[in-house]
Amino acid sequence: MSAHADTHGHDDDHGHHHKETFVTKYIFSQDHKMIAKQYLVTGTIMGVIGVLMSMMFRMQIAWPEEPNVLFEALLGKWAPDGVMDADIYLALVTIHGTIMVFFVLTAGLSGTFSNLLIPLQIGARDMASGFLNMVSYWLFFLSSVIMIISLFVEAGPAAAGWTIYPPLSALPMAQGGSGMGMTLWLVSMAIFIASSLLGSLNYVVTVINLRTKGMSMTRLPLTIWAFFVTAIIGIISFPVLLSAALLLIMDRSFGTSFFLSDIFIQGEVLHYQGGSPVLFEHLFWFLGHPEVYIVILPAMGLVSEIMASNSRKPIFGYRAMIASILAIAFLSTIVWGHHMFISGMNPFLGSVFTFTTLLIAIPSAVKAFNWITTLWKGNLQMNPAMLFSIGFVSTFITGGLTGIILGDSALDINVHDTYFVVAHFHLVMGISALYGMFAGIYHWFPKMFGRMLNKNLGYIHFWLTAVCAYGVFFPMHFIGMAGLPRRYYTNSNFPLFDDLANVNVIITIFALIGGVVQIVYLYNFFISIFYGKKAVQNPWRSTTLEWTTPVEHIHGNWPGEIPHVHRWAYDYSKPGHDVDFVPQTVPLKDGEEELQH
Amino acid sequence: MSTTVVNAETETKTWDGGNQPLQASYGKMMMWFFIVSDALTFSGFLAAYGFSRFKFIDAWPIADEVFTHFPFLHGVDAPMYYVAFMTFVLIMSSVTMVLAVDAGHHLNKSKVTIYMFLTILGGLIFVGSQAWEWNTFIKGDYGAVQTKGGNILQFVDTDGHRVALKDFVTSDDHAARAQHEDKNGLWFVSEGTLPTYSVDEVLHGLEAHENILVRTQTLTENGEKTVLSRAESLEQIKNNGKLVVEGANLHVNEYGSPLFADFFFFITGFHGFHVFSGVVINIIIFFNVILGTYERRGSYEMVEKVGLYWHFVDLVWVFVFTFFYLV
Repeated sequence: MSAHADTHGHDDDHGHHHKETFVTKYIFSQDHKMIAKQYLVTGTIMGVIGVLMSMMFRMQIAWPEEPNVLFEALLGKWAPDGVMDADIYLALVTIHGTIMVFFVLTAGLSGTFSNLLIPLQIGARDMASGFLNMVSYWLFFLSSVIMIISLFVEAGPAAAGWTIYPPLSALPMAQGGSGMGMTLWLVSMAIFIASSLLGSLNYVVTVINLRTKGMSMTRLPLTIWAFFVTAIIGIISFPVLLSAALLLIMDRSFGTSFFLSDIFIQGEVLHYQGGSPVLFEHLFWFLGHPEVYIVILPAMGLVSEIMASNSRKPIFGYRAMIASILAIAFLSTIVWGHHMFISGMNPFLGSVFTFTTLLIAIPSAVKAFNWITTLWKGNLQMNPAMLFSIGFVSTFITGGLTGIILGDSALDINVHDTYFVVAHFHLVMGISALYGMFAGIYHWFPKMFGRMLNKNLGYIHFWLTAVCAYGVFFPMHFIGMAGLPRRYYTNSNFPLFDDLANVNVIITIFALIGGVVQIVYLYNFFISIFYGKKAVQNPWRSTTLEWTTPVEHIHGNWPGEIPHVHRWAYDYSKPGHDVDFVPQTVPLKDGEEELQH
Repeated sequence: MSTTVVNAETETKTWDGGNQPLQASYGKMMMWFFIVSDALTFSGFLAAYGFSRFKFIDAWPIADEVFTHFPFLHGVDAPMYYVAFMTFVLIMSSVTMVLAVDAGHHLNKSKVTIYMFLTILGGLIFVGSQAWEWNTFIKGDYGAVQTKGGNILQFVDTDGHRVALKDFVTSDDHAARAQHEDKNGLWFVSEGTLPTYSVDEVLHGLEAHENILVRTQTLTENGEKTVLSRAESLEQIKNNGKLVVEGANLHVNEYGSPLFADFFFFITGFHGFHVFSGVVINIIIFFNVILGTYERRGSYEMVEKVGLYWHFVDLVWVFVFTFFYLV
């Protein structure tokens, strides 16, 4: 158990510095700030792999079955003479989805910012259990390594889609990737779930037990609320994926029939009987849907915080924001059926799920309007973090609107499994969460590394990314409406889709530019860690507690006593003060009243 | 300085920070949230079980006919008696765990030691009983024939009593059906144990015994299994019989749907794994108690934490027991 676990009261703790070796400081660190950085770097590496994969399969869709030197170089035997093999196409799509959803936008986003910000913003010396926090990161690292190893399996990595529906995932002989590749996928995910559970337990109990004096639940920054609720959703939904994965492993390796019924392969009848793949879909989507909120809620929290700070205005509707986070969290657990409208599920159940799904539009709209009204008449500071936050609101609304179409069973049936769905979820959770993550990195980079990111490179990064993101996903709505199915290796066999080929080329060009542009960001990120402009203590003139800590990281965060909190997190441009921000640590003046937020 | 006074007042509120609003240490709270998470894993399994069971609501094995054995009492029909005993033992171990936690609150080392020991004993008896239960289920008792469609045909006499295969089937050509062994060629091919009888032998046996009928797995309106007439029985075995099944495993199940066996092995296995881990953790805590670790620490909270886990495992068993054995 960590020495810092219950140091809330004793302030002498920071005084004695353990002799830190390289290993305890940079590798097996129990310090939340270092663990946050570890998550960020691992997530970034996984993100690069995921994006590279998407660039490759986009090239295949745009120029189907044409030789490509890049394929030959990167895919080796999977691209004989530079022509991409159909099996590896499916594998690339699968692993791209898995990596982006779980390794980048769950662990990379939530892991980084929950770890960095929870202790700093609530006024704690560290996480409740630094040891478990370390274990959580290393389990995540292990699962990342296993996922990468699965790419090099002889018969190919898992290729059943990131949703791994049986029987493709359950019969080792179903396709190349169903063998060892799928096994490694499942092992990796099981470890990932354990990591996520340990992380979430830590986040939840830290927020409950370790807030500093005066930091009531309604004085918390919205980031903390978002991380807190995200962790609770994780605790509730990931174990159900674990159930599904364990049953699937039994089907694969021990011959049970949970998800398999009578199946013939090459004229031979297999012994399976009685199971149901729809059962797997239910179990999977009971996680799968909350998972998109696990991805988007932290981004929402980061964006709320950055917007208020850079608009120099209190966040609009603070309590409504909290209520909508809670409402989204609750609703997220009762809408999973909207992924299964065409699975053969009872149509009445479909209409129930339509109802609950459309209800989510209400809290989502509350949040969108609150962000817009926060911007309204603000003194906007257009730095890269702010631009990415505004970009987040933009893509969240664009993607959210198509969500209303897809949530309706009658409409969804027509566009199910087309590029319309791909466009929807990439905008509303993929790009949005990525923007949230970028916003967070630009905003808290000085807190993480004590240096500033280059602003001009940040502008280039944002504008090119924003143009490319819409360039990729906006046209996808139209080809989806025209009926183009997702996950197809090539569409050249269907004359029906010949007219859409040009659109696919345009999308791919945008995707390639968008991918390459990230080099600007990576350059900026890694160079600035060492050569960036030195940061001042509070570069964005924010009110929250993390900016009261010294720039140089120390164990225990605050050199002296932990500051007490006297006001909420959003006292920007408060009348009666000389500066346009009042840190949470400043006591109320005589006669000053705390804003009725 | 009225504001300061107001501040001081608000700072004493439960959720205002600087305290433990739920009056629980972080470790205890983590255990609670872990339990929530683990409960949802079990919920996933039990929901899947319910889903599958309702799919085969008219052909699900009747638990009263499956779990009829009691150790050392052969040939006695004792449905549910042994599992009732197991459940009783597990619940009693929860009681002793409560007593251990309570003794811990009073810092009474010797009492904690005794009650922890009894709890461990209860857990071991439960795990051992479960192993016995599995063994009996795997061996099976009467034997049955699986049809080409995967249904199970059992045998009864005219009074409706079950008849075991060995009572009416004679094996004549068993020697001819040599088991494939890896030493005689193809070392990498394995073959499961051959059933004692072939379907043909069962058919001969059935033809020779006038009073034996076939019972299908389909339930009648009264909740009893359908018994076929003599002519139908012979025809079923002759035309549809594919495999003789003895006992249950993950592929076949002489009592009915293989899914019953799949879920039984998986869910009780997963629960048994939890009990086993609980016993191991309890043993660790037990030794810490003996060594006086918690006495020096002045708090037996660790006993309380493992107690939470232990009660949770018991509670899960109550659900497993209800869904598999009772309803």
